[in-house]
Amino acid sequence: MAAYLIRRLLQIIPTLIGVVLLVFFLFKFFGGDPAEIIGGLNATPQQVDAIREQLGLNRPWWVQLGIYFKSIVTLDWGRSWATQEAVSNIFATRLPATLTVMFPILILDALIALPIAMWVAYRRGSLADRTIMVITTVALSVSFLVYIIIGQYVFGFQLGWFPVQGWSDSTLTNLTTYVPLPVALALLVGVAPQTRLYRTFFLDELGQDYVRTARAKGLDEKRVLFKHVLRNATIPILTQLGLALPGVFIGSFLIEVFFSIPGLGREVILAVNRSDYPVLQAFTVYLAMLTMLINLGVDILYKLVDPRVVLK
Amino acid sequence: MSAVLDGSSAKARSGADRSEGVWHAAWRRLRADRVGMVSLGIVLLFVLLIVLSALGLVARGWQKEVGVPSAPPTILGPAAKTENTAIAVPKGPNVDISAVDPLAPRYKEWEERAAKFKAEEVVKSETLPFGGDRLGRDVLAKALKGTQTSVMVGLLGAIAATVIGTLLGALAGFFGGRVGDALEWVYNVFTAIPTILLLLCFAAAVESNPLLKSVIGRGIASVALILSLVGWTDVYRQVRAEFLKHSVRDYVRSAEAIGASTASRMFRHILPNVSHVILVRMSLLVVSFIKFEVILSYLGLGVGVDSVSWGTMLSEAQSELILGQWWQLVAATAFMAVFVTAFSLFTDALRDALDPKLRGLE
Repeated sequence: MAAYLIRRLLQIIPTLIGVVLLVFFLFKFFGGDPAEIIGGLNATPQQVDAIREQLGLNRPWWVQLGIYFKSIVTLDWGRSWATQEAVSNIFATRLPATLTVMFPILILDALIALPIAMWVAYRRGSLADRTIMVITTVALSVSFLVYIIIGQYVFGFQLGWFPVQGWSDSTLTNLTTYVPLPVALALLVGVAPQTRLYRTFFLDELGQDYVRTARAKGLDEKRVLFKHVLRNATIPILTQLGLALPGVFIGSFLIEVFFSIPGLGREVILAVNRSDYPVLQAFTVYLAMLTMLINLGVDILYKLVDPRVVLK
Repeated sequence: MSAVLDGSSAKARSGADRSEGVWHAAWRRLRADRVGMVSLGIVLLFVLLIVLSALGLVARGWQKEVGVPSAPPTILGPAAKTENTAIAVPKGPNVDISAVDPLAPRYKEWEERAAKFKAEEVVKSETLPFGGDRLGRDVLAKALKGTQTSVMVGLLGAIAATVIGTLLGALAGFFGGRVGDALEWVYNVFTAIPTILLLLCFAAAVESNPLLKSVIGRGIASVALILSLVGWTDVYRQVRAEFLKHSVRDYVRSAEAIGASTASRMFRHILPNVSHVILVRMSLLVVSFIKFEVILSYLGLGVGVDSVSWGTMLSEAQSELILGQWWQLVAATAFMAVFVTAFSLFTDALRDALDPKLRGLE
């Protein structure tokens, strides 16, 4: 197990180097000139040159790449070009808001989608199954944007059940006042695809021999479903949750933009609009690292839920 | 042996005895699928609309301001006249200030010159069949033109992504070894970053580069390029797996034995045998790219202001909705919902028809 862990952690390194190279060269060769971006429209050529000198942009690219790698290893992400705020500080202050919104979404998504999926998979081909499949197809076809625009207008503006947007310093107030509407809208959109996916997992398991055996030996349906099918379907479900987890940290940036939630997702959009490269680069590298660690965590979880799994 | 080779049996073999080709069989299965055929019909209808609008036969004048600003749909009737709360125009003769007005001597000359020109008074309609936007442009025309933009972005992006993914996947799957490892590394790098974040990074880079922007512009091409550079990984994964499987099969070895070149084996022998898988993947990409385009355009990173897409319509609709003008939102949503639903259902049917084993692939 320890050997496995070490090997997997070592495997992360080349990929992470690739991610760093990708974001470096992407902005270096495809992006605009940072000095001109920082200088703005009114900067004189001398000012632009001064900025270039200050950022070390006149040095050859491999020296710059070296400096960049060094800054990553020392976890010094530099400062935002737009606000001069330290990137690490941006992360620390914006993360809580994102997690406050996204964790309820992730958990409720699974809690709602799983029973529905199990039920429709069990009653496969019935009217309920087909109705739910049609509803999910149509629900999936409309952009998330539409749900947010209409939801915010109807429930926030017209009916006034929730504040249209806002955020406070207290987590409790946030959870009870500002979070419910965005979470409800995200669930409206998220539950449909999750249900479709979980349904296929359950269908796969329901067709297996062990289900027939369990029924043949006289187990009641409840036991078959919850003790046998659910446990066996755990692996694909865990994979799915693992895949969804990195998304939690980026937050649904659309939600954060619409509801003015001061989270990481909104920060990314701001950085994109301001061509704030340091923030974007740091964010991308962080998230890539996180994604890979989560994948590793999910693989280890497999072992815990299913003793048959051998970690190689 | 001679019995097999004689004329009549050879003829029979090329006719009835010959087993059905994969495309033929797929078409037969697809025709039997009623949902699939209906959705195919709707998709073809949209394709017709897009061709017509690309040729300029439909929605050519979407930029014309044909109605009053925010003209409501015809069924609602014209918007209620708002009370004029401006200060009343003073009546009576003007105070004569010509003695002190330095411009006074030239007024007459200017009036004469102004009379030579005539401003054309365009009658703007109070209502439009599907309503008008903030500038009085016809929402229906905008939705049609927006359909062209959004679907073209999705299609072109999906085609480009498929080409990239197929090429790299074929190389990785066929050669394996060093090439395979290197490509696998690239794949791992691209998939380690969440798609939407990578998209935003690419968009930000292209956005901030004046040179790149002037070359490819802010239009369908640049958005499709960004989408394809990010979205090729799914195709790669599947094509690689297929090439791995096929490259050791007997028919490929036979081709090698009779002297077929590497390129010929890859693209003339294996590729046709995996093309159905690629087609399914590509149609899945179209839907997801259309959705991404809408989000990018909403955030101002998609197509420019001189064109219209479902995303730009939705971003205008947000502020209109607060004023109670719902028609642009409804038009964009309706077009998108119908097309995407039809296309998704068609993709499902296509997948079932082409390869029943792929069922459940999402």
